[in-house]
This record gives sequence, C-alpha cells and structure tokens, in this order.
Amino acid sequence: MPAGFGDDVGSAGIVRTKHVTFDQPGRTLSLEGGGELWPVTIAYETYGTLSKTRDNAIMVFHALSGDAHAAGRRSTNDKRAGWWDIVIGPGKALDTDRYFVISANVIGGCSGSTGPSSIDPATGKPYGTRFPIITIADMVEAHLLLLDHLGIDKLLAAVGGSMGGMQVLEMAVSHPDRLHLVVALATAARQPTQAIAFNEVGRQAIMADPDWRDGHYYGGKPPSKGLAVARMVGHITYLSDEAMQEKFGRRLQDIQQYTFTFDADFEVESYLRHQGLAFTNRFDANTYLYITRALDYFDLSRRHGSLVSAFREVKSRFLVLSFSSDWLHPPYQLKEIVSALRATHKHVSYYEVSSRYGHDAFLLEREKMEGVIGAFLASGARSFAP
Amino acid sequence: MPRIDYKLIEDLVPEGATVLDLACGDGQLLAELVREKHVRGSGVEISQAAVEACVSKGLSVFHGDLDEGLADFQDGSHDVVVLSLSLQQLRRPRMIVSEMTRVGRLAIVSFPNFAHWAVRAQLFFLGRMPVSKEIPYQWWDTPNIHLCAIRDFRKLCREEGLCIEHEVYLRSLDAPPPRRQIAPDLMARIAIFAVTRC
Repeated sequence: MPAGFGDDVGSAGIVRTKHVTFDQPGRTLSLEGGGELWPVTIAYETYGTLSKTRDNAIMVFHALSGDAHAAGRRSTNDKRAGWWDIVIGPGKALDTDRYFVISANVIGGCSGSTGPSSIDPATGKPYGTRFPIITIADMVEAHLLLLDHLGIDKLLAAVGGSMGGMQVLEMAVSHPDRLHLVVALATAARQPTQAIAFNEVGRQAIMADPDWRDGHYYGGKPPSKGLAVARMVGHITYLSDEAMQEKFGRRLQDIQQYTFTFDADFEVESYLRHQGLAFTNRFDANTYLYITRALDYFDLSRRHGSLVSAFREVKSRFLVLSFSSDWLHPPYQLKEIVSALRATHKHVSYYEVSSRYGHDAFLLEREKMEGVIGAFLASGARSFAP
Repeated sequence: MPRIDYKLIEDLVPEGATVLDLACGDGQLLAELVREKHVRGSGVEISQAAVEACVSKGLSVFHGDLDEGLADFQDGSHDVVVLSLSLQQLRRPRMIVSEMTRVGRLAIVSFPNFAHWAVRAQLFFLGRMPVSKEIPYQWWDTPNIHLCAIRDFRKLCREEGLCIEHEVYLRSLDAPPPRRQIAPDLMARIAIFAVTRC
C-alpha cells in the first residue's frame, strides 16, 4: 500500500456503462474535416457523486484502445477492473469520495459510442468506411455534448494519457472556459513522426487483410489477422527494451529446444500473438483505422501557427507528466508542451516519472504518479469555482 | 519564523515580477514571493518529493536537473532568477550562474561563505574540514561539492562579465544583517548577490 493513502483505498465498485443518444432534429456534430455526424451516441461511466455546486467533476479521457470502463468492475466475479482502476476509486488519486469522475468512449470507437460499426441512419447498414474521418477535436466536441447533458459547465479537471492527453490539451485550447485543471500524461501536442509511421504499418496490415473488404465486412468475417498484426506492432511501442528484456528475455515458450520452424518458439512471440488475438475479440478494425488517423492528424500548432500561440488563450492550470522510458512519447515531447505554456507564463508543472515500463507506464506506475496527481487536484480544487 | 535570507531576497524582487526559483525545494521561498510580492513564480527542483510539495502548495514547478542547464528556458523569459543556497551543490556552478543571467534580467544567488572566520578556524586550529550550521555535513557525505568564498564569487562575476547590483551579507540565518558590513569576507556566514549581465 503506498504511503499517504491509508487503508481506505478501494474500488469504485460494481459499475455499469450508460449510453446517451443525441438525435434532436436540426442539430448536428460538425466535423473538423468537413461533414457531420448525427445522431451521436456516447457510452460513459461515472464514479462518485456530483456535488450540489457541480464543482467536483473530473473527466478522464482514454487512449487508443480504451473505452468508457475506466474503473471498478462490471460484476462481482469480473476478473478485470477498468483500464485506470489504479488511480480512480475511493482514497485513490482521483478520489471518488471527493470527486465525480466521468469516463466516456470516444466517437469513432467500438465500445458503445458512435463509430464505423454503428448503423448509418442513411442506409440502415453499418457505416464501415462511409463513416466520416474524425479528429481529436471532434472527439472533444462529442464529449462536450455529454458534459452538457450531465449539466456540467466547467470541469474541475480533464485528465488523460496518450491519446487522452491529446484530447485534454485540445479541450484546454478550444474550450478554455470549460476546464480548470489539465493533467496530461505520456502524450504530445503533435503526433510525432515515428508514431505516425507505426500507425501506418498497423493500418496497412488491416487493409492488406482480404477480409477487410474496403471496410464493409460487418455481418461477415472481420479482418482479424490484419488487426492482430496492427495490435502486435502497437503493443511493442507501448513497452520498452528493458521491460521486454526483463519480462521475456530469450526464454522459449513451453519447449526446451528450438523447433526450427516458424512457430512461436519465443515467449515474446507467443505473448504478442496472444495480445493480437485477444484484441480482435474486443476491438473493431475500422475503429483502429479511424482512431489512428485522428491521432496522426493531431497537431495543436498547425491551426494556430505555433504551439505558443495555440496555448496563448488557455486559462487552465496544467500538470504534465512524462515517463522516462517512454519512447513513443519521450519526455522531450512533454517538455515541449511545458515550454510552450511557459512562454506566456501559464501555470504549469512538469514531473518526470522514473519508470522502466515504457509508454504503458502511465497505466501501471500507480505509486509513482498518484502523489503528484492527487496533490495537483487537491490544490487546484481549492481555487475552483465553476 | 520566516527566514531572514528569504526576506532579504524578497526585498530584491520587484512587485509582480516573473520569478524562476532554481532548486526551489518544497517551494517555501516561492510561496512567500507569491504572497508578499505577487510574483508570477515557478520553480525547478530535482527531488520528486519536493516537486510534490510545491504542487500541493499550488505552485508551478518543473522537475529537472540543474546540472543539465536551463535549455528548457528561453532567453530573457523571466525578470528574476533565484538560486538560494544551492550553488555549492551544483556540478557546474559557473554554467548555471551564466544561464541565470541569460534566462533572467536579474540573477539572485545566495551561498554560504567558505571564508567565514569559523570555517577558517576549524581548518587552521583543528586541521579538519569545517562543519557549521550553514555547512552541516561531514566531508564524506556532503552534497556541497563547490563551496566558495565571497571573493571567489566576485571573481566569477568579473570573468563572466556580470555586474553586481546588490550584495547583502548575513552573520546568521536568525538575525537581520548588521547595518554596517565590516569585513564581510571574514564575518559573513551567508552572502546574497544580485547580478546582471553588464
């Protein structure tokens, strides 16, 4: 048990994913790339209780493969807790005894929110690749529909890692009055070249799968082989050389000698194959295409000329966290955000977590990050009146 | 009790200035500057626990190592850059002093004076490495790797092309400075310099 959190650290309990559909005629969600999306369904979960003055709402933004289920368990015998259960719950950094935590699935997703596998009202069939290209900014706009629905004008905090971090930065820039605090972890203000490159490999693997059929595979066999390869490549970028070395070394999987075949002799091969396969059971290949595209298009400096100008009008206080062994978003990319904010003397703190776990560290290093996140939220809450 | 050296540093900081406090520790000086001088303050600190303490106080702090310089900070981005009683712990003190005057218009540096009579006396009479309230470490576990005397710092300023705007000498951390500074080389335990690039 980490210091400072005593014995009352617990689970958010049994949680249920809720859905809200925005379908009022005459309204629409206009998209950054042109076009529109309507109706829009958002899948979300909440933990804790919204205060009478609505001053304790924190929204958590998930990463590429995440969903609305961030904390707690779906049933008493659910073996897996939500994807960020390490920081959300009673007595944890995002303390659900104090804060009302909201987590929603992004549009373009495949876990309840409107995405390429949803029914296109124009045709009565799944969108497939007729789904419009969406951006990080569009994801934020959709989440704002949910916040309006919940009656939350201004968040105490927006918290997100990786793609979630891009969303909180985007929200701070495009809607400065709707959030007081920003916690951005393991992310960047613009998708780095190497990340675009890896995403492209993933997309090519999916699109090269004959089962992809230009994205119109619903009702038939999905492009699982391609999606599995995409996940395997992605997964490697979430680890680190040291973490892989430590976790697998050159150990063989259930054998004593090499088989001199192309079977998965090595543990690391077997692990990646398993990760790839498991992913295809819960994730949609088209969503992988759309969301990686949204990531690649993300560049806060592009719309505003420079990162410094992008941040000029932000009003939030920022906490930016990097992880030392993260090579997908190395510390320099987080420092770039900090420098740009500091150029106009915004309130920003930077913290580098020393970790061996690579990019995934933001999902794992509970003890190393909960103190500073908890302190930032608590001190920020004192200066917040929505 | 408020620290006298902090109070003296505060006196050198203009109202509402932008201040960068290097090796800011738990943010006590920075918090005082925000409260008393309404500065826009931020700090740099290497210790994770101290960064957390600053964040708890609602301060803006950058987790970083001063031995790597101030590359993340732009030229002239601050009115004042402070380095309080930490110069002697840095690997490259000369580089940091130079960096401070690049990033800030005014650099305020305080340090324990290694030529104080009590320090000299321990070396001269006892023949041992000095240990005092300002330099409380044994030689084998001291973080102080670059101790200097007032004259040394003046010489550094000359060589770096820095003009000394103010100099304040303290005989103790608990008592205000004497009105007349007699033989500070010998009598001052703590020196505070405010310097600018000439």
